[in-house]
Order: sequence, then structure tokens, then C-alpha cells
Amino acid sequence: MRIAVLIKQVPDTWGERKLDLATGRLDRDASDRIIDEIGERALEVALQARDAKTADEVVVVTMGPAPAAEAVKKGLSMGADSGIHISDDALAGSDTWTTAEALAGALREGGFDLVIAGNESTDGRGGVVPAMVAELLGLPLLAELDEVTIGAGEVSGSRGVDDAILTVSAPLPALVSITERTPEPRFPNLRGIMGAKKKPVAGQDSSAVGVEGGAAGPGAHSVVTATAERPPRSAGTIVEDDGTAAAQLAEFLAKNRLI
Amino acid sequence: MTDYRPPIQDIAFTLEHVVGYDRLAELPVFEHADLETTVGILQEAGEFMAKVVAPANRDGDVIGAVRNPDGTVTTPESFREAYAKLLESGFLSVPFPEEFDGGGFPWVVGLAIQELLQTSSLAFALGPLLTHGAIDALLHYGSDEQKKTYLPKMVTGEWMGSMNLTEPQAGTDVGALTTKAVKNDDGTYSITGNKIFITYGEHDFTEQIAHLVLARVPGAPEGTKGISCFIVPKYLLDEDGEPGERNSYQCTGVEHKLGIHGSPTCSMSYEGATGYLIGEENIGMRIMFVMMNSARLSVGMQGLAVAMRGYQQSLEYAKQRVQGQTVTGEASIVGHPDVRRMLMTQKAYTTALRRLLLLNAVNIDLANHHPDEAVRTRASEVVGLLTPISKSWGTDLGVELSSMGLQIHGGMGFIEETGAAQHWRDSRITPIYEGTNGVQAADLVGRKMPVRQGQSFLEFLGEMREVLPELEAAGGDLAAIGGKVAAAIDLLEKVTGWMLRTGASGDVASVLAGSVAYQSQWGETIGGWLMAKSALAASKLDDAAQAEEQLALAKYYATHLLPKTAGLAGQATAGAGDLFALAADRL
Repeated sequence: MRIAVLIKQVPDTWGERKLDLATGRLDRDASDRIIDEIGERALEVALQARDAKTADEVVVVTMGPAPAAEAVKKGLSMGADSGIHISDDALAGSDTWTTAEALAGALREGGFDLVIAGNESTDGRGGVVPAMVAELLGLPLLAELDEVTIGAGEVSGSRGVDDAILTVSAPLPALVSITERTPEPRFPNLRGIMGAKKKPVAGQDSSAVGVEGGAAGPGAHSVVTATAERPPRSAGTIVEDDGTAAAQLAEFLAKNRLI
Repeated sequence: MTDYRPPIQDIAFTLEHVVGYDRLAELPVFEHADLETTVGILQEAGEFMAKVVAPANRDGDVIGAVRNPDGTVTTPESFREAYAKLLESGFLSVPFPEEFDGGGFPWVVGLAIQELLQTSSLAFALGPLLTHGAIDALLHYGSDEQKKTYLPKMVTGEWMGSMNLTEPQAGTDVGALTTKAVKNDDGTYSITGNKIFITYGEHDFTEQIAHLVLARVPGAPEGTKGISCFIVPKYLLDEDGEPGERNSYQCTGVEHKLGIHGSPTCSMSYEGATGYLIGEENIGMRIMFVMMNSARLSVGMQGLAVAMRGYQQSLEYAKQRVQGQTVTGEASIVGHPDVRRMLMTQKAYTTALRRLLLLNAVNIDLANHHPDEAVRTRASEVVGLLTPISKSWGTDLGVELSSMGLQIHGGMGFIEETGAAQHWRDSRITPIYEGTNGVQAADLVGRKMPVRQGQSFLEFLGEMREVLPELEAAGGDLAAIGGKVAAAIDLLEKVTGWMLRTGASGDVASVLAGSVAYQSQWGETIGGWLMAKSALAASKLDDAAQAEEQLALAKYYATHLLPKTAGLAGQATAGAGDLFALAADRL
């Protein structure tokens, strides 16, 4: 069984994250770049399947500028067998649909039995790319799984909703997105780090993944209309109790749609 | 979550631009240890330590290591879990030979990993640190069979080691030890005696512990010339080399200490325990000296580590804490000049200290691995000079800067809940053990300074001066920094001349009386030199932020910290007379 894992390089949530106000895109130099932890968890699910001999091969797949190679390397250090890195200036600033098209393009010919992704990234937080990739590839989607079981011809798992736990399954090939409730990802060990240097990474550009026109092509659906600096924190409102404080508080909450 | 942020960028910058890592990476033996690979490992190791080890540090302090009535020792659960993961990670094995399942990386990379591990938890890191000492001794003096039996498992960390030197009457004067070793018919020895202050002498990290024990064989010469070194495993090995029968010794107590509560400091009672001689009889001190350089450097690293943890914590606190109007208009206390002075002092000193320690380690690697004998010999001399300075200056700064971290917290620093006090308490042992800082100073002036009649020291001053012309040519702030560093080196040369002349005249008391100040003067001066070197190197990079930061730190160091050297010079050359002006009964 071949498993593909979608990973993404994101700004470290510990640092201050910024947008480039001129382009509306992420300012990638403003903070440390790390592999998104939800992607590490997705990889952990795949690696556990390989440890259990259910899967034979795990491939990490990402789209991002040159430094995203570090995220691929990290995936390889953790234990993935090889990587695919889609990188092209023409794809910079792609929206979720174009991103999904590119990822689907890279996955289409790979002969993967299972694709695993995180449910949403910590930067864009769109949470739609897994579903879009499944749609483009015509795969069944098991979204937002808290727990995943990978079998020979089937993948199953559970998803917590407000008042119930759903048990879902799909025949392979399929696409699964996982939540933060899946197990903690492993740390790369020295052997893995040294071994990662020798593992293959396939570089692909926009034409290789069949995304004509890149970020501005016909696939692009979203348009950034405006970007603005986050306003500085303003001083809080102080309510002095002249006997109407309760009414004022209720009014404040209602005005801000908090009640 | 963790509150430790590993300073990987500064370590990488130091390796590449300040201490000459390329001199190692170009050696065939380190072909696989190119800078990129090394930094990659440090990044992963840093993340691992911050997430796995650092969160356990508080448990170490609050729960501590506890001796049970049956003589076993229980460490905090988070310590045991962290050790199991550390073992799995392979990071412990990085600087040891591949032949024994090590990573085959330079010692300096191992030391950089030590910074990450020790900053995460000093008390936790002591176990691996002492194991490294035992590995070192076996690497140099163990028989082939002993190496084959013990090293692979100790290198990976599956087995740990300990060092058994001290006895109640034999601390700094290790030659006074009385533990006996009597040879048995089968070639093994029966070890009998009591040891104290044995770090990780008993614990529950690993099943097997290989104790290295110093003892005397019958009829051995008095003092250090009659000491032999033995391996005493906790469990005797069966025919398959696996732990079998329990050896005859007990951990009879665990000390209650000011700090490093998570590290079990054990009293050991050997009752005819089976020991295996390392090397020959009566060469125990030689074996100890092998590991002394790297162990002393590691303890210097503890100074940096505890200072870093205190710095990061006090910086976070200062950014949050709002008290009074500040001169900069910043809301928190970082806008107060005195708080800023403390934060800058912490940052400048820790940055300078990291450079000294890594430079020291690079010279250990050059001394061990460079093909050119002249380079090896000189590097070995430099290690001799730098090691006592790394140990003493590093640990003095560890205490001073962690105390400063506590000060920045104000009254809350004195309250245990904030955790600032732990760093200060943990730091306090470091100027004492592995040779007190006074002993380091005596080593500096008594053993190291006389090398080639002082030429080794004077040549090092010359090597420090090599950067001066370029600083002067750069003009501006760099030239001004260079001028101050040049003056500090001149002053150090003057005091070195005084030390050499005074020693030659036979006034040993005056040399020793000034030795601690002289040793500090070396540390302070080397710090200024390395910061100037960093600022110069950063100015040539295409990285404006780095250039600005290194320049600001070098300038702060040269103007605010380097002036101390003048005071130290006066103290170093004041002689012994005034120390003994009052008879002991009038003190």
C-alpha cells in the first residue's frame, strides 16, 4: 500500500505572524518557518500503518516556495520514504482551489491507495483543501477523523460531532483528513535525520501538475479585495456604575452580538 | 508546551563564522559532518529537548530523586519518560566513534547538543554527562574486550555510567582516598570502601549502571600515584553479556541539596564488589585526567545553560510586567534602564560564553583529529589554557546571571512559584564540583601557564590580536570596539608578565592569591575578543539584522563589561601579603 501525506510549511505560531500588505500574501520572512503540526500528525498516522506493515511506502507531498523543502526534509527525517515538492513562482499566492488542483495533479499519477491530510492549517485555516483534492481525484472523503484504522482494502475511523461519535469507513483508494486528537507525532531520531539526506524528493512545477496559468489561471476563484494592518489594541470600555451599569453591559454585549 | 527556545541560529552562526567549524568539516574523518547536516541535527535536537526534557525540569526540583528503604532510587516520572525518549532519539550518541554505534561527529557538535540538553534541565542532563565521562575513560584506556562489552550500550545510553572519586576525607585531595581493591584469583578485584557525592550513583533511568571506581591495590604508593581505576557494573554480566547477578554494593543515602534536586547525589558502600581493572594498576589518575578536560568543559557549559534558561525566563517576565513610567515609554519594565542593563548583560555574556565554549571544543577536536602534528600539539595547548577558563568563568557567570534573572523578577523572583529561584539554586553547585573554581585557577597558573615558560599563553594573546587590524580598518564602531579589546589584551599581557616573573621569583603565594582574579580577567578579555570577532564577521554578511545585533552586543560588551578587566588586573597583582595580615585566630 502506498500512502501520500499532505504537509505544509507555516509560520511558527509562537512568533508574530504578518501579511505582506502590498500583495496580501503571507510574509514568510516575518517568523520562523515550521512544518504544520497537524501535517506531522497526519504523517504519524501513515508511519504507524507502515510500522504495522499495513502500508509499504509513505510519500510526503507539499506545495510551497523553495524553503518548503525544509518541511519535506523534516517529513523524511521522521520516516517518510520520499517526497514530492511542488514549487513554482507562478503558483505563489494560489488560492485553495488552485492549491488543490496542483496537489491533485501531483497525486493523480502516483498510484496512491490512501491520501492523509490534516483537517486545517494553522495559517490559512481554510480547512477545505482535503475535500477539494478528494473531489478532483474522485475519491471518497473521510473528513475530520479523531481516530483512523487502516486495513487492507478499507480505511475507517471515528469523527466526533456535537452530540455523537460517527463511525465511518470507505473502500480504498480514499482521502482522510485528521484532527488534533490523533496521536502525537514522533520526533526525528539521529538515524532518520542522517538517512533523510539520501531519500529522493521529486520537484514539480505548475505544468508538471497540470495547473495552467498558475495562481492567476482559470482555476483561481478567490480575490483579495483589501488587506490592512491589525489595529492596535484599544483601551477597554469602562462602565461606571451610576445605577444603570447592568443595562449598559447588556447593551454592549448585544451590540457586539455576544449575546 | 515549553518555555525554552533553543538558540539554534546563534549556535550555527558561532560555528560557521566565529570558531571556525570549517577547520573540522574539511577533515576526512568528519566528511559526513558538514555544517548543513550538523545544523539540521541541532535543530531537531533543540526541538526535541525543548518539548521533551525542558517541561520535566520543574518536576526535578519539586519532586526530586528519592531513595527508597531498599536502597533503590526513584526519579520523577517525567524524568524517566524523557530519558526513554532521549535514548530512542539517538542524540546522546552523536559525538562518539561510529565503531561503537556513535554518530561520529566532532566533540563540538556534542557540546552544542549538551547546551540544548542542559538548558532544558541541568539535573536531568547530569546523568548523560557523567556517562560521557565514563565513556571517555573507557575509549582511551579500556581493553578491547571492555570496549566491546560496554561502549556500544553506553554510547546509545541503554546503559549509564557514573564516576566514583570522592570519599569523606578525599574531596579536592583525591589522593587521600582509601577504598581498597584486592586482586582475586580470576583476575577480577574485590572493591571495598565508601564513596560520597556520587552523581547518578543509583537511579531508575536504566537497568545497568557501569560505575568507574577509584581505589588502591595493596602496597600502592601514597597519594595520587597509587590510585587505580575499575569498572564496577551494577549487574555482573552473564555469558551472553547481559546483566545477571547483582554486584555487592549499596546506595546508602541520597543527599538533600540546595539545588539540582532531580539529580540523585548518592553515598555508595562497596562491600567486596567485583571490579575490572581499567588499563594497569596505579594509573587511575591518568585515566581521570583524560576525561577531566571534557568534563570540565561540560560543567562550564552548565553555567551557560542555567544562565540561558534564567535569561529567557526573566526576559519573558520583563516583557509582561508593568510597573511605573519607563524612560522609553514602553509599557513593561523593559523600558527601565536598570532592567535593560540586566537583560543586555545576560544576553551579551551568554553570547560571549557560548563562543568561548565552542572554541574550546573545536580545539579538542583539532587536538584529537588534525593530521598535522604541529596543529594537534598547539590545539592541545590551547585546550589546556581554555578549559579552566571555560569551567570557572562559565560557572561564575551561571551563578551571577541566574541571580540577575531572579533580580529582574523583583519580589516574585524570591517566591519559588515563579521558578526563577530554581535556576539560581541549581547553578550554585557548578563553581564547586568538577574541581572548584579556585582549583581551576591554581591549575591555570600552576600547570598551564608554565607551558614553554609562558610562551603558550603569550602566543594565544598574539592569536587574539590577529583580528585587530581588520577591526581598525573597518572604522566607526568596529574600530572603537577594537581599540577597547586591544587595550584589554595589552593589560592581560602585562598581568601575565607579572605572574610569570612572580612565579619565577618563587613567590608562589602571591601567584595563587591573584590566580582567581587573573583567571576571570582571561574570561572577560576572551569574551570581548570573541564578541568583536562576531561583530566583524556579521558585518560582512548579507544580513542587516544579524550585523546590527552582533554590533550592538559587541559594543555593549566593550563599553559596559570589559572595563572590569582593569579592576581584576589590580586584584590579580596585589600579592598575598594583605591576605595574611591578620592571623587566623583574629579572622
